[in-house]
Amino acid sequence: MDNLLSMVTFIPALAALIIAVFVPSADESYNRNSKILALVATSVTFLVSLFILAQFDASDTGFQFVEEHDWLLGLQYKMGVDGISVLFVMLTTFMMPLVIAASWNVETRVKEYMIAFLLLETLMLGVFMALDLVLFYLFFEAGLIPMFLIIGIWGGANRIYASFKFFLYTFLGSVLMLVAMVGMFADAGTTDIEVLLNHEFAFETFSVLGIQVIGGLQTLLFLAFFASFAVKMPMWPVHTWLPDAHVQAPTAGSVVLAAILLKMGGYGFLRFSLPMFPVGSEVLAPLVLWMSAIAIVYTSLVALVQEDMKKLIAYSSVAHMGFVTMGIFAANQQGLDGAIFQMISHGFISGALFLCVGVIYDRMHTRDIEAYGGLVNRMPAYALIFMLFTMANVGLPGTSGFVGEFLTLMAVFQVNTWVAVVATTGVIFSAAYALWLYRRVVMGDLIKESLRSITDMTPRERWIFAPLVVMTLLLGVYPGLVLDITGPAVANLVSNYDTALAAAEAASQLASN
Amino acid sequence: METIILFAPLVGALLCGFGWKIIGEKAAMWTATSLLFLSALLSWVVFLTFDGVTQQIPILRFIESGTLSTDWAIRLDRLTAIMLIVITTVSSLVHLYSFGYMDHDPQWKEGETYKPRFFAYLSFFTFAMLMLVTADNLVQMFFGWEGVGVASYLLIGFYYRKPSANAAAIKAFVVNRVGDFGFALGIFALFFLTDSINFSDVFAAAPDLAETQLTFLWTEWNAANLIAFLLFVGAMGKSAQLLLHTWLPDAMEGPTPVSALIHAATMVTAGVFLVCRMSPIMEFAPETMAFVTVLGAATAFFAATVGLVQTDIKRVIAYSTCSQLGYMFVAAGVGAYPVAMFHLFTHAFFKAMLFLGAGSVIHAMHHEQDMMNYGGLRKKIPYTFWAMLIGTLAITGVGIPLTGWIGFAGFASKDAVIESAFAAGNGFAFWALVIAALFTSFYSWRLMFLTFWGTPRGDKHTHDHAHESPMVMLIPLGVLAIGSVFAGAIWYSSFFGKQNEIITFFGGHYEAPAEELKKAVAERSPKASELKYVMADAPGEAGIYIAPENTVLHEAHYVPTWVKLSPFISMVLGFVVAWWFYIKNPSLPGRLAENQRPLYLFLKNKWYFDELYDVIFVGPAKWIGSFFWKRGDGNVIDGSLNGVAMGIIPFFTRLAGRAQSGYIFTYAFAMVVGIAVLVTWMTLSGGVE
Repeated sequence: MDNLLSMVTFIPALAALIIAVFVPSADESYNRNSKILALVATSVTFLVSLFILAQFDASDTGFQFVEEHDWLLGLQYKMGVDGISVLFVMLTTFMMPLVIAASWNVETRVKEYMIAFLLLETLMLGVFMALDLVLFYLFFEAGLIPMFLIIGIWGGANRIYASFKFFLYTFLGSVLMLVAMVGMFADAGTTDIEVLLNHEFAFETFSVLGIQVIGGLQTLLFLAFFASFAVKMPMWPVHTWLPDAHVQAPTAGSVVLAAILLKMGGYGFLRFSLPMFPVGSEVLAPLVLWMSAIAIVYTSLVALVQEDMKKLIAYSSVAHMGFVTMGIFAANQQGLDGAIFQMISHGFISGALFLCVGVIYDRMHTRDIEAYGGLVNRMPAYALIFMLFTMANVGLPGTSGFVGEFLTLMAVFQVNTWVAVVATTGVIFSAAYALWLYRRVVMGDLIKESLRSITDMTPRERWIFAPLVVMTLLLGVYPGLVLDITGPAVANLVSNYDTALAAAEAASQLASN
Repeated sequence: METIILFAPLVGALLCGFGWKIIGEKAAMWTATSLLFLSALLSWVVFLTFDGVTQQIPILRFIESGTLSTDWAIRLDRLTAIMLIVITTVSSLVHLYSFGYMDHDPQWKEGETYKPRFFAYLSFFTFAMLMLVTADNLVQMFFGWEGVGVASYLLIGFYYRKPSANAAAIKAFVVNRVGDFGFALGIFALFFLTDSINFSDVFAAAPDLAETQLTFLWTEWNAANLIAFLLFVGAMGKSAQLLLHTWLPDAMEGPTPVSALIHAATMVTAGVFLVCRMSPIMEFAPETMAFVTVLGAATAFFAATVGLVQTDIKRVIAYSTCSQLGYMFVAAGVGAYPVAMFHLFTHAFFKAMLFLGAGSVIHAMHHEQDMMNYGGLRKKIPYTFWAMLIGTLAITGVGIPLTGWIGFAGFASKDAVIESAFAAGNGFAFWALVIAALFTSFYSWRLMFLTFWGTPRGDKHTHDHAHESPMVMLIPLGVLAIGSVFAGAIWYSSFFGKQNEIITFFGGHYEAPAEELKKAVAERSPKASELKYVMADAPGEAGIYIAPENTVLHEAHYVPTWVKLSPFISMVLGFVVAWWFYIKNPSLPGRLAENQRPLYLFLKNKWYFDELYDVIFVGPAKWIGSFFWKRGDGNVIDGSLNGVAMGIIPFFTRLAGRAQSGYIFTYAFAMVVGIAVLVTWMTLSGGVE
């Protein structure tokens, strides 16, 4: 199995193709077939991906399962995973069967719906495995299309606005990245990421139009990539597309968006920005740290006053992603470990929270917090699940939400205590908005006439939550499951980063003498 | 054995929470309760047989990242052992008591199952609290710290239909989080400076911390002081000290057994435990310790004043708890950690009993909590009356003056606190505590007189049907009564005897004193007062650390006689005034409230802290949130970006109109499928080569 990664990546695409070609549309029973096929395909993908995890050697800090082939137009097809990317692959394959299962009630254009999600999975997996700039860019950008369609076709009332906002924001960021990639190719003469990681980009300060560019080319490249990844994360202040996209997206779309798509930005920082442009990263790290801290406080406060459940959770996602960027640009072991952990954990928790919204949205067809209240009276199981994930979202120790926040805050304290203090206030605000939401939806007496006959979760819904509950608690109690895999790779990244900075320091000393 | 103590409550909680459908309600509740009694029994065995040597029992790996390495582990030393018996004893009794108290709770409708859930929460709380006190590192402690917070949140909001209960639950959690904010920063600072958050490493580094400067925010700080302060902010939240105390009175929305267990005996004392646990660092942080002392004294005084005028029986006891916690912090703040633990220990007994007694009164009076509707209950509920009387004697500190230890539990420990405060030379703390003792005596006796003496007031029907509580509720009262009477006298010498006894009790060592001084003691000469024992252990080796220059435990035994008498005089004075106000001349309180209306309202409204916080924090947070959302996100960010895009958007929306009809959809799909097929083909063909 020397093409394990490609197999995992393309099983969903293959299934999409089969559905597209062999399943006739517009028929009840065929709709069901598409669903089953999609569920089987994503499940098989997950099972096969377990082989990756099983054979993965955490102590090896290089890329593993590498596949390299010549491709069209002289480009190369190169895939591989390391300690940083392998868990994102696992997160994706783990979430997708749940996402499909959560879409069992979709009734319009079922066939296309399933195709869109299956293609999306392929493209997302490709992003995390690609070891070639062009390939990466292809996956990264193409992933926008299915998501754009998912929001635009199966979304809510205002879906057109939201889908275009989503597309334009993310696309415009990416254009700059493309320019930077061309620049990188011009400088290094290759698009192979493995080679680029060891390439030293110029960092001599120069001036453009009278403006001093400290860190030179690296800073410019960093900024170009930053434009793309910051939008994807999303970081404050380019986060406003996310609440709209979440609100309008169908439940499954929200889950994918929050659980996986948001992680591409963080992954990009770890794969490109930090290791390839260490000097640029260092120059701009204070800015990023402050943007993260502001994001945490700002979006938490905004979440406090939301009236739409999905919007509230979307803003809370932005706040949690603030911890990720903060950890990454603290650029030490705890920060990077914490950032990766936070991304994985946020995948489970935010995914589960959007599913929680989906459960009651399916019943009442509204996301207005006002429309609910006292659900615990009729939905005890739901109340329990929602409580668990609310607490996980708040970062309660014992759930996975804690470890990432704790490590990233601990990391940033070593770098900048102001940022640490501002960001740590997030633990207060998150408790306030999350519990306030929970109270308004679940607690209280059941007085609203419309809710009198609401039913508790079905077995299907319970089974969807079960794996998420297990992962959230398991990672919270035994975080070694993630940290053991990321640890060596992160240690390697950090030491390379520090070495590169020391070398740059020495070089500039030499130059000034 | 320690592992069993720790996990038995967790097993009970899971069984009760999820297993009751299978094994039945009653069986689940009894299992959980039995497991708790097992824990309690084992804890007493551990406590009584403990030899003082610190043990570490690793269980499982926890967070490991770079140089950060933490385990789930049990640290057993004297401090832990004391907490173990306090927690498991009170918790098991509260479990038992709840069988009676929670039966036929009028908050629930016919046929609703709520009891297993209640027991599950109680057991879960106990587990989290045990995790807190057995922690071997700060992150596990933080787990317990937050775990008890969640349990408290769930139990305060147990009556989820009541809006006031839900509000109180959120308030408790969020205010505690403000404290946790400081706690977390303290942990980060410790890791930054010592590269570890395991107690043994941190304590060993404590002397160095005292010499280290740390740049934090705008300026440089002494590291030990800063860390101690940040950790203490956490303690302030958990232990409801002034400024972060507002959640505790509201927490009385929870069922009364919860108030007894969580908001009197155990969780709220976690802050005191934290300060004692961190004594190796606290000893090197004199400025922070001064702050702890002053804040503790201020809280003791403040809460006692508010307690004077409350009429809800549970709120009176809640403020009393807040006030007594202030006493403990004063003791810890002046460096008399054993005294702080002593008061924590005795307070657990008599305060849990007062709450359970109040619960028994409430139970008898059909969930009436206003003391203005009580009166003359002495004959109706005699056992409860006796229990409450013992509790009152204990909290007010009745005993034989100048003997030190012959008296009720509170007598020994409270006098020890006050003497320590004087010995440390902190006049403010001393006088605040003496006055608070007077108030304590007044409001405690006021509670007794209003409830058990006089004529019945309020609903006649309720009074006619007032009945004594069942045995499951009276037995816990009896057990706690024994503790309230004897706990002080029995353990006096361990906590507040001669320094050598205290040091040995906490697992430390001391150097043998000079022969000359030994002789002086034998001859009972005045020079004997110079005999001080100094702890010989390095920070962290024993359960607590007492620096060589910290002699407060020694000095406290040599305070002037009037100082030793002052708490007793306060207590008598409080009793007499209460008797004058509520027995001799019952119309007096009403008239006084009329005459001193502003003062009365000021106290009645708890110094207006809640109103103040609403104006300063809650309101602005919501306003800023809305402002950021509508103006920041809406006008500035979207506004500017959309402005740029204005030329493009209409074009796209026109296109989008067609997406509905399916054209765009088909094109886009064709494109994506094309890419996918292309890549697949290339891969597979490449793979074959």
